[in-house]
Amino acid sequence: MIKILVVDDERDVETLFSQRFRKEIRSGEVELNFAFNGEDALTYLHNLNPFDLVVVLSDINMPGMTGLELLKTIKSEYKELRVMMITAYGDEKNYKSAISIGADDFMTKPVDFNSLKNKVFKQ
Amino acid sequence: MIKNFFIYRFFLFFFIFFGRINECLSMKRLFKKNSLINRNPKFKGGLESILPLKSAFHSSVILIPVGKYMLSGSGLVGESWGMTAISALLITLLVFFYIRLRTNSLNNQKILLEEKVNLLAAQLKEKTEASIKLEEALVAAQKQLIQSDKLASLGQLTAGIAHEIQNPLNFVNNFSELSSELLDEFKQSELEDEKYQIIEDVRQNLVKIAYHGKRADSIVKGMLLQSRAASPEKMSTDINKLVEEFFTLAFHGMRAKEPGFNCTMEKHLEPNLPLLKIIPQDVSRVILNIFSNSFFAVDDRSKSEGKDFKPKVSITTKKTNGNVLISIRDNGKGIPKEIREKIFNPFFTTKPPGQGTGLGLSISREIIVEGHQGELQLDSVPGEFTEFNIKLPI
Repeated sequence: MIKILVVDDERDVETLFSQRFRKEIRSGEVELNFAFNGEDALTYLHNLNPFDLVVVLSDINMPGMTGLELLKTIKSEYKELRVMMITAYGDEKNYKSAISIGADDFMTKPVDFNSLKNKVFKQ
Repeated sequence: MIKNFFIYRFFLFFFIFFGRINECLSMKRLFKKNSLINRNPKFKGGLESILPLKSAFHSSVILIPVGKYMLSGSGLVGESWGMTAISALLITLLVFFYIRLRTNSLNNQKILLEEKVNLLAAQLKEKTEASIKLEEALVAAQKQLIQSDKLASLGQLTAGIAHEIQNPLNFVNNFSELSSELLDEFKQSELEDEKYQIIEDVRQNLVKIAYHGKRADSIVKGMLLQSRAASPEKMSTDINKLVEEFFTLAFHGMRAKEPGFNCTMEKHLEPNLPLLKIIPQDVSRVILNIFSNSFFAVDDRSKSEGKDFKPKVSITTKKTNGNVLISIRDNGKGIPKEIREKIFNPFFTTKPPGQGTGLGLSISREIIVEGHQGELQLDSVPGEFTEFNIKLPI
């Protein structure tokens, strides 16, 4: 089972991801968790016991802690955890910053879920 | 004595006659040389040409006794009328030729002066034409600058807009694709509960598609509002809505430029503010401009002070007597007094070259003061805060 944390300030991502992964959720392949800002995401991670999370999908542009700051903190605390950035800004600067901090992947919105699923399931 | 007198008068008459002809001839030459004078009827009369002769006559009347005295005193001539006549003739001739000479040189100078005046007039005309051309070029350049500042503020917007549009688009694209998938599942499904759930999901998705579609629409409209160059009209506007929208856009604009940028955004918006008759694209341009400056200021301080600094930008709207007050405050480095006085001057900027046109605040003040009969004021304590206050009459 792949446990995923989705971090985005847009509330509708919960409905969207739940529907997109509905078959995988039904079959028990995937478990989705949601956080609506970077701080909540860190709290979730800190309270996770046992630590069975496989991948974090994070937005970059969020009020408060940015996705890049979250990425930095996660990579310093949980070296093995995969973090994929999903952003509306597909520009070079954001891409380079994300990759240099250690992002495992970088995707732009609108999200192509087929490609996202390929990346998530490819371990 | 009577004889003496007759001869003396005869010579005078001769000189007046002779001189007059001479003067007329010299004036004629003058007219031919100078077309400007020729065109001036004042110069065509003989009055001016007589003047030197009159002087010659008067001078000789005065000088004859003197000449006579001088010649007799030297012992060369006696008291005879012949001598008197010769002396009169000599003196009158002398005076006459002297005046003639002076007149000619004066006329020459006059011609030279006229030529100089003509030359100067032509130069002046040339310069006036050049300065009119320069002024036209200046006005064109100014228009271009204002347009480029508009484009710069549009540039600030584009990044924010890109983000604000990609997000709703993400939902529109995905929810519509999902809904069609769900309907396929509905056809294949045989369980009533499952069918009901699918229909409910599709309905919910359609609501979300409509919501995010409208969201994208209002953002595009906001952008068009900014770029429209035609003379805009005043319309009743909800200030709180305008301020909130551009607060978010400015923030995303800054985020796009500085991916690591972070800032606490506080909103203190007085509910139920009266609608204001304003030109929304102009006022939003001012607000966007000030927000961008504020974000730039806190980012600047954040970069130099590091993690301990908590950047904050806040917006307050409230009703005061007869006005709506919009205050935008940041806890950046603040603005020193000597800069505060110049900050509204055109082309004044403290940003690095290429990052600011220096026109933002001067255009902002013009929009608020000239365009809306409002006030735009600045309050700042270096090291603590900067606050811009916009007052718009209700």
